[in-house]
Amino acid sequence: MAALVIDDNSLTGSARRRRKERIVRRAFLCAGLSSMAISVAIVLSLLGKSIGFLRNIDLNTLTDAGWYPRLGKFDLSTLFIGSLIVTGIAMIIATPLGLGAATYLAEYANPRTRKILKPMLEILAGIPSIVLGFFAFRWIAPNVVQNLNADAGLFSLLSAGIGVGVLVTPLVASVTEDALRAVPRTLREASYGIGARKVTTTLRVVFPAAVSGIVASLILAASRAIGETMVVALAAGGSGGAVFTTDPFQEGQTITAAMASLASGTDSIAGGGGKGAGAAFSSLFFLGLLLFLITLLLNFIGDRFVARVREKY
Amino acid sequence: MSVLVATEPRLRPQRTDWAGLAFAMALLLCLLTCFAFLAALLSQVFADGWGTLADRGTEFLTSELSTSPRRSGVAQAIKGSLLLAGFVAVVAFPLGIATAVYLEEYAKNTRVTRLMRLNIRNLAGVPSVVYGLLGLTVFVQLLGTDMAGGEGITGGRSLLAGGLTLSILVLPVVIITASESLAAVPSVLREGAYGLGATQWEVVRTVAVPNAIPGILTGTVLALSRALGETAPLILTGAFLGNFFRTPDQSVIETFRGDYTALPMVIYNWAGEAKKEFKLELAPAAIIVLLAITLLCNAGAVILRTRFERSE
Repeated sequence: MAALVIDDNSLTGSARRRRKERIVRRAFLCAGLSSMAISVAIVLSLLGKSIGFLRNIDLNTLTDAGWYPRLGKFDLSTLFIGSLIVTGIAMIIATPLGLGAATYLAEYANPRTRKILKPMLEILAGIPSIVLGFFAFRWIAPNVVQNLNADAGLFSLLSAGIGVGVLVTPLVASVTEDALRAVPRTLREASYGIGARKVTTTLRVVFPAAVSGIVASLILAASRAIGETMVVALAAGGSGGAVFTTDPFQEGQTITAAMASLASGTDSIAGGGGKGAGAAFSSLFFLGLLLFLITLLLNFIGDRFVARVREKY
Repeated sequence: MSVLVATEPRLRPQRTDWAGLAFAMALLLCLLTCFAFLAALLSQVFADGWGTLADRGTEFLTSELSTSPRRSGVAQAIKGSLLLAGFVAVVAFPLGIATAVYLEEYAKNTRVTRLMRLNIRNLAGVPSVVYGLLGLTVFVQLLGTDMAGGEGITGGRSLLAGGLTLSILVLPVVIITASESLAAVPSVLREGAYGLGATQWEVVRTVAVPNAIPGILTGTVLALSRALGETAPLILTGAFLGNFFRTPDQSVIETFRGDYTALPMVIYNWAGEAKKEFKLELAPAAIIVLLAITLLCNAGAVILRTRFERSE
């Protein structure tokens, strides 16, 4: 017993080794805390200037028709409707394409075809958004949008929406495919065992079992679509400002595109201070705050659904 | 056996399952539509941009920006993009991997740890343009000016400000992929090392991280290719937008504190130009360059991963 006490002391190792251990541990903790600091910094930097913005402007200008920040017109509904239209169109495109592609890959494709098809989908996922913006006004606008409505211009909310839809389709597909593949094989076998066809098994057994993951994929995609900037900035037109419109064939602006055009405008407010340090500049932060809150809410809900898939299986 | 043969014809479907077949075809059609968009995108970009690249060859890659479309090239943009990517690699990867190691190896399952995880997942979903605002406030304005109103540490709208912003932007992606690959390392390996008397740091350094390296590398290279394609945060942190751009001979520090631009910024600028040569010839040519770089980056990830997996 006595010997064991002495041994116990020597088992804790040399003091130097333990000190090193403590230092390393603290260094890793600091790295972990840095991500918390980033969140705090985001909220503080958005909040401070947003409050300044709301104090400095006449609050009635938030509902004046049209978004022309340099003229002092800050109609939020113009941007909200713009974002809603673009996100809505994007989801109309991405929901069937993403879910269909994921279901094919998870349920129908044999392993060999899957090995070829999945990387191709990943290539689409890796295309930078600025490239899709170019594609939207160069190809989608003349080949799709102007086929639907010959009066539509080269820049429209619709072509931006389709572009964003193509951008978020791989996201829908990859989250949905993970959810479908997480459904245990036994459920499918039980369904086949009672004589169900493949289509019945997929629609009545696998889909309901994976529903949380599917919903999560759609919510996360919607959040991504709302936050997408460059496709809309290039393809929706309306740089500098936009009138209120609910017509997707018109030019328009979204929350994000308004931010991009504010930042790349002629008075180059990104430099900070100087010429641009007016209400137009601080409206950038107010929009950023709104965008941050919307996507935070959506991501939080989406995350809940993903967690539910993990818990079940 | 004979019973089985007797019942077999009845088990076999009597008619072709047209509905099922139609459903399968519809699913395949969805997937093929995705590929059709990809094919249309690539063929449009190449149809527009290949002429410029073929005519001018490497001269396009080594020319600087100019107001004349015939002389304008992407030299500064390529340099800026590569410097930004290198900077992101140096800043975001060590920090991201260290955070992942803390979360997976050190942190206990407390409320604070769960909050940290939730926070990182949320950061991953924050739109890139919002990170741009963060960079504008913190790196361009706060750190870019000193008390007296002169130039601060980052030098205002500089490569340093843009690089730091991009690093923060990809950090959550690096953390999440690194965490996943660390979590996938079997705990028996760790326990074996502990059994031999290793300390926690020794286990992390010699067992956990080396075994997770293929996944960590893949994730980080994908994060890098995302950083290469990002535009919105660079607009906000003051990447150069226009056709005049001078970079005189600079020291390394001056380069990092000086003006900068990047490939996606140049594409954004050219695509918004009124002149057709910029919009419809130079912009797609620059897109081809950008796609080539990101594709090389992704291919590199795959090669690295297979090499590491084979050596195990």
